[in-house]
Amino acid sequence: MFLAQRRFCFLGNKTEFLKTICSSKILGFSTYSKMSSKLKNAKRIEGLDSNVWVEFTKLAADPSVVNLGQGLPDISPPTYVKEELSKIALVDNLNQYTRGFGSDLGPCPCAADGKTTELNPRPCPFSLESSCLSSVTTAVLTVSGHPSLVKALSCLYEKFYQNQIDPNKEILVTVGAYGSLFNAIQGLIDEGDEVIIIVPFYDCYEPMMRMAGATPVFIPLRSKAVCGKKWSSSDWTLDPQELESKFNSKTKAIILNTPHNPLGKVYTKEELQLIAHLCIKYDTLCISDEVYEWLVYTGNKHLKIATFPGMWERTVTIGSAGKTFSVTGWKLGWSIGPHHLIKHLQTVQQNTIYTCATPLQEALAQALWIDIKRMDDPECYFNSLPKELEVKRDRIVHLLESVGLKPIVPDGGYFIIADVSSIDADLSDMMNNEPYDYKFVKWMTKNKKLAAIPVSAFCNSETKSQFEKFVRFCFIKKDSTLDAAEEIIKTWNRQRSQSGQNV
Amino acid sequence: MARLLQARRLEGTEHNPWVEYVNLANEYKDAVNLGQGFPNFPPPDFALEAFQQAVSGDHMLNQYTSAFGHPPLTKVLASFFGKLLGQELDPLTNVLVTVGAYGALFTAFQALVDEGDEVIIIEPFFDCYEPMTHMAGGHPVFVSLRPSPSQDHQDLDSCSNWQLDATELASKFTPRTKALVLNTPNNPLGKVFCKAELELVASLCQQHDVLCISDEVYQWLIYDTHQHVSIASLPGMWERTLTIGSAGKTFSVTGWKVGWVLGPDNIMKHLRTVHQNSVYHCPTQAQVAVAQCFEREQLLFGQPSSYFVQLPQAMQRCRNHMIHSLQSVGFKPVASQGGYFLTVDISNFKSKMPDLPGAAHEPYDRCFVKWMIKNKGLVAIPVSFFYSGPHQKDFDHYIRFCFVKEEATLRAMDEKLQKWKAKLKL
Repeated sequence: MFLAQRRFCFLGNKTEFLKTICSSKILGFSTYSKMSSKLKNAKRIEGLDSNVWVEFTKLAADPSVVNLGQGLPDISPPTYVKEELSKIALVDNLNQYTRGFGSDLGPCPCAADGKTTELNPRPCPFSLESSCLSSVTTAVLTVSGHPSLVKALSCLYEKFYQNQIDPNKEILVTVGAYGSLFNAIQGLIDEGDEVIIIVPFYDCYEPMMRMAGATPVFIPLRSKAVCGKKWSSSDWTLDPQELESKFNSKTKAIILNTPHNPLGKVYTKEELQLIAHLCIKYDTLCISDEVYEWLVYTGNKHLKIATFPGMWERTVTIGSAGKTFSVTGWKLGWSIGPHHLIKHLQTVQQNTIYTCATPLQEALAQALWIDIKRMDDPECYFNSLPKELEVKRDRIVHLLESVGLKPIVPDGGYFIIADVSSIDADLSDMMNNEPYDYKFVKWMTKNKKLAAIPVSAFCNSETKSQFEKFVRFCFIKKDSTLDAAEEIIKTWNRQRSQSGQNV
Repeated sequence: MARLLQARRLEGTEHNPWVEYVNLANEYKDAVNLGQGFPNFPPPDFALEAFQQAVSGDHMLNQYTSAFGHPPLTKVLASFFGKLLGQELDPLTNVLVTVGAYGALFTAFQALVDEGDEVIIIEPFFDCYEPMTHMAGGHPVFVSLRPSPSQDHQDLDSCSNWQLDATELASKFTPRTKALVLNTPNNPLGKVFCKAELELVASLCQQHDVLCISDEVYQWLIYDTHQHVSIASLPGMWERTLTIGSAGKTFSVTGWKVGWVLGPDNIMKHLRTVHQNSVYHCPTQAQVAVAQCFEREQLLFGQPSSYFVQLPQAMQRCRNHMIHSLQSVGFKPVASQGGYFLTVDISNFKSKMPDLPGAAHEPYDRCFVKWMIKNKGLVAIPVSFFYSGPHQKDFDHYIRFCFVKEEATLRAMDEKLQKWKAKLKL
């Protein structure tokens, strides 16, 4: 042990010691200059570095391009949502870590009689121990989320589930629904597990599964023949025998996405019953990505598979503030499920980011309370947004049809896919080894100044060819954006009729 | 469900020792909470204003920004830290914005630590390093900072006396060593590693071709005449170091959860892969605000009105206040050179009250803290939290206080200590 000296914080014999190391035959100077071979990636991310969005976002970044590609609203979030965040930004103590652990949150503020109860959801501006949080009685072992937010989420979702939802044990607030997917997969999926993914799929499901060492097992949605009526997302279904053939004893989970991105399919009761039946038969988990749950159009109803008999105990249901309130940049999402599943997501959380941003969680809680209290009101954003989007959906269906594309009318969500095979675009100067839709989107962005996303980006390598004639458009865009898209379509049409070609 | 639910990667990561203490602190509402590390004074005005502007400005700031970091933020981080590290930093390839420094650590471990890799962790360590190593399938290898007897028997011990044994450190490196985690200023000790110590670590990392993960969240909280040195700025280290920072600790806004990693592109690209497959985007508005804060600090760098000058000055006063007050009751503080915390030797109490209630084999410091919360109304954190299992018993006579608190809290602490002192005299 070397002697310590107060002024020089290092041990005396350093120079001698370094000389010893440096002259060691075992080590030698050559290691200093060699390109290091150890500083390489962990195996878990091998092959996961590419990302469709990076390429296509860059392409659409040109300001002259009308971007109907990436799924982000260019409409303003509702005023009261913005206002809540502005108010919260003035509260000093909401700028520190939230009390992410569970606490007894007292009675629900949305009491039926409308009176303010002793539980006032407004944060006390003078202390973190706000009047809305009564004394702590429950010891919870892991992080769940900002207290007022998990409370609001439990109040909201209890309306849909038979049972009460424990805000501390059955909810976890995450960094977007993306974070919930990650936590669910990291917490519940093991190396060697099989997980069923329905194609097309939101593109992160596959790399997240691979990062967890799981084997994705794919099953495509298939369209039935459509004669005479409009092609709808409901025409795309899973073949029951084919679906059952994908389940076996290694199947740990199935990922369900309803309403579906990119198709816009809203799974029916019968379809969910089939999936539920198989999950129970094969003792499988269900990870249900329901981020677009409020965006369901006339004639359709969003159903939660976790409410089906035998499903609560095996389902993690994921939601998103970004999609609920048109605030994708807040990156807040949540997972809801039984404690024996959620606790593992909570463990992942405490070893990854620990807590999410406090002011955003508080603002989200306040926004939720506003809408929870008026669920039947047309002004409630959960009702007004789908109404607003249905008009935009119908408009874009019409626009795409007018230029010879064959759209599939979505029953939900804010995307629409269209078959582009009728267009004879000259794709000869595009890269040969890319799927047709990648080339088409690049051609359309470059030549028509309209950006979209190729649907084969949502497919695994084997199924890409089944979907390479489809392109996805996002319609949660303000009217002026859709007007600009309309102009492009009209010009495109004129050019087609003038040239007599189908381009 | 009949089958095993959780993934095996969670083994060894489930336990959270903090919960018991957070709950106790909440239960004893009168207790002065000097446990968890966050300021209870407001962030600086310019930070609050920046955030207020970000949330009331352009409505598109409510939407996704660039995945690897909001461009104005990565740009200012690249230019600000480029100067400090002596590197030309590219905002796109050398900077990654993460969900707090916690998220940065996780991303680094997942990107680079493989099954069977060894990770050297210097004890005492910020507690998440160990479970993060396990979750990545790695094996933590611990090496302790140890206090050596102070030469001139001063009343006040300093963490400069806590040192690594160079031979012991060298012996921890094996062909399986993938990374070494460095934390300077250190939590909980408050040690600021000096250049010579960092040169030792650097030479070993280079010899053994090991990555250095340098957690520098407290880099601006430096006291007395000490200097923070980033190991990435030493010769041969940029190419093998990831430097992690935190807006929360930099601007006293822990609730914004904005952190970052700086490093060479060939390593950063792997962190980007993890990032795009885990959180993908970080919240936009907090990033906008942090960018504005750094732009302000860039203009005021080194000047008296810089927050990076004012905050450490103010916190040094808090530290000194706390040292003085704790000494009056028989605690032996180890003067921290940097950071948020004061580690305090409770040997006096251990010899006077050896049998405090607690579970069998529970380290003394944990029993002591629980007793102190319940009976003396002061919350601290047992330092055995920050040690690996086998070593906890050797360091069970230290507890950690956070002094980054407002005046009123320190006065409340004084009241509790005065009552305590009065009882001692009886």
